[in-house]
Amino acid sequence: MLIKSDLLNHKLKDTNYGDDNMNEKKSTKIIEKLIETIFFLSASVSVLSVIIITAFIFIKGAPAIFEIGAGNFLLGKVWNPAGNIYGIFPMIVSTIFATIGAVVIGVPIGLLTAIFIAEIAPKRVSKLVRPAVELLAGIPSVVYGFFGLIVIVPMIAKLQEALTGKNMGGNSLLATSLILGVMILPTIISISEHSIRAVPKKYKEGSLALGATNIQTIFKVTIPAARSGIMASIVLGLGRAVGETMAVILVAGNTTSIPNSIFDSIRPLTANIAIEMGYATGLHQEALFATGVVLFIFIMTLNLILNFVVNRVGAK
Amino acid sequence: MKKLSSLLLMSIVSLSILTGCQNSEEKESKENNSVTLAGSTSVTPYAEKMAQAFESENPGIVVDVQGLGSTAGVKAANENTADIGMASRELKEEEKGMGLTEHVIAHEGIAVITNPKNEVKELDIESLKKIFNGEINNWKQVGGADETIIVVSREAGSGTRAAFDELVGLEQENGDTKLSTVTPEALIADGNGSIRQNIAGKENAIGYLSLGYLDDSVTGIKIDGIEPTTENVISGDYKISRPFLMLTKGEVKDTAKAYMDFVMSEKGQAIIEKEGAVRVDQK
Repeated sequence: MLIKSDLLNHKLKDTNYGDDNMNEKKSTKIIEKLIETIFFLSASVSVLSVIIITAFIFIKGAPAIFEIGAGNFLLGKVWNPAGNIYGIFPMIVSTIFATIGAVVIGVPIGLLTAIFIAEIAPKRVSKLVRPAVELLAGIPSVVYGFFGLIVIVPMIAKLQEALTGKNMGGNSLLATSLILGVMILPTIISISEHSIRAVPKKYKEGSLALGATNIQTIFKVTIPAARSGIMASIVLGLGRAVGETMAVILVAGNTTSIPNSIFDSIRPLTANIAIEMGYATGLHQEALFATGVVLFIFIMTLNLILNFVVNRVGAK
Repeated sequence: MKKLSSLLLMSIVSLSILTGCQNSEEKESKENNSVTLAGSTSVTPYAEKMAQAFESENPGIVVDVQGLGSTAGVKAANENTADIGMASRELKEEEKGMGLTEHVIAHEGIAVITNPKNEVKELDIESLKKIFNGEINNWKQVGGADETIIVVSREAGSGTRAAFDELVGLEQENGDTKLSTVTPEALIADGNGSIRQNIAGKENAIGYLSLGYLDDSVTGIKIDGIEPTTENVISGDYKISRPFLMLTKGEVKDTAKAYMDFVMSEKGQAIIEKEGAVRVDQK
């Protein structure tokens, strides 16, 4: 409506002139408006998508949570769709453990790499490391998973045999955490590196002038100053680890029991949905949507934390 | 600028007209000349191969095959959302009361597989059951090495899983449903290929797959002394086998009937045999 009346206005104005030059101007204005509208529509796509997907997941998933009972669903330890028993406690535990594992492996390596690229490495070396990190981000997750299944999983099976004398095949919490740990590296490295580079030079110069060594400066001055950006990178990495599906299905083993050790197989929330979606009908399907609701709440919480962290940077 | 915008507008208009035409044409043909099948992913490849042959023999008829799982196939046939439903297991009690017409189109064995390095080459069905429900958890208990057994199963809802659970006795009554008693410790692989990959890579693992997927990377072990071969499935000696069903309800339309006739014909059954399952008349 708005656009139409605008066009009409232009028309009225333009009739007063009527020479070619003005016509040219008129059509330019129309195109201008048209393009603005296209921009607006493009922007609405993502907003609408979020709203529609959120509504869809909740509408599809909420009835199942009520039917099964929130307590039975969230805290139930048995997942047996054939017997209509749907408890996702093992999956929630799996997701949390796998994510913690990914952070334990990915954050120290990622952070040290970021410092190395930003502060220590000679230009020639950092020119080599940075594209490598970017390439790592470009590897499709199914390739990570396949590599994990063929290489990492058998190695973990051997490690377990050597350590405990038992061989449970290697599809495990450890394998999942390792793969996820590597997968979140690009996120952590690139964002941390940016925030480290953004630390004002005078901080560093001040510290060095007071006689601190380069390493002392990095750990006592640069990293604390870049803390918020680094935190944000970790939270984003967490989000990636929680949401990763394909690579996880291939290496996690997907058992429905609660893991007792890092060598036990796990089934994170994402894997639970993806692995059974093709076959599920009725309450089973709804229970998978309900799993999606729980996953959604996980991701939303992480996003809120991220917003909080980023806002704190702005406040400083 | 003007030219460009008018060109853009024209192309949009002509495109929308074109697609509009196509849609109405498609709709018409869909109603008269199509057959839709939905159901078991194990039957899907066979149904698709036969659909290709059927389509080339009957130009103009379109066969649409969707792999959704056996349970969904039964449901689709019952609710008439597909012309023909597909299932890779016997119908359950509650499904038998739906008034569906069952057409057995083929039989297929399920092979129990272990790693080639495993010394155990034979199991009786009772031990197999105990391995899968977790009562037996060491190969030593069935004459093998002192190693923990790694059970690998399929995801809930898979027709192969349902058939295996039923044939081996891994079910337990629970009100009006049947619980699967496969140990929750079991690894879950999502597909025949994935389960084979898992067993090939793990010395102490045991799993099962459609006989058609059996190859040298794994060992298909004897069950109660019988090798898992097509011949033994045909003779009925190998017990872990299941029918492939196509299901219809009430009057079916002519095209769907023609497709069913093709499936049961010599040509259709030859495709079944070529793709690795057992023809109906052979069993």
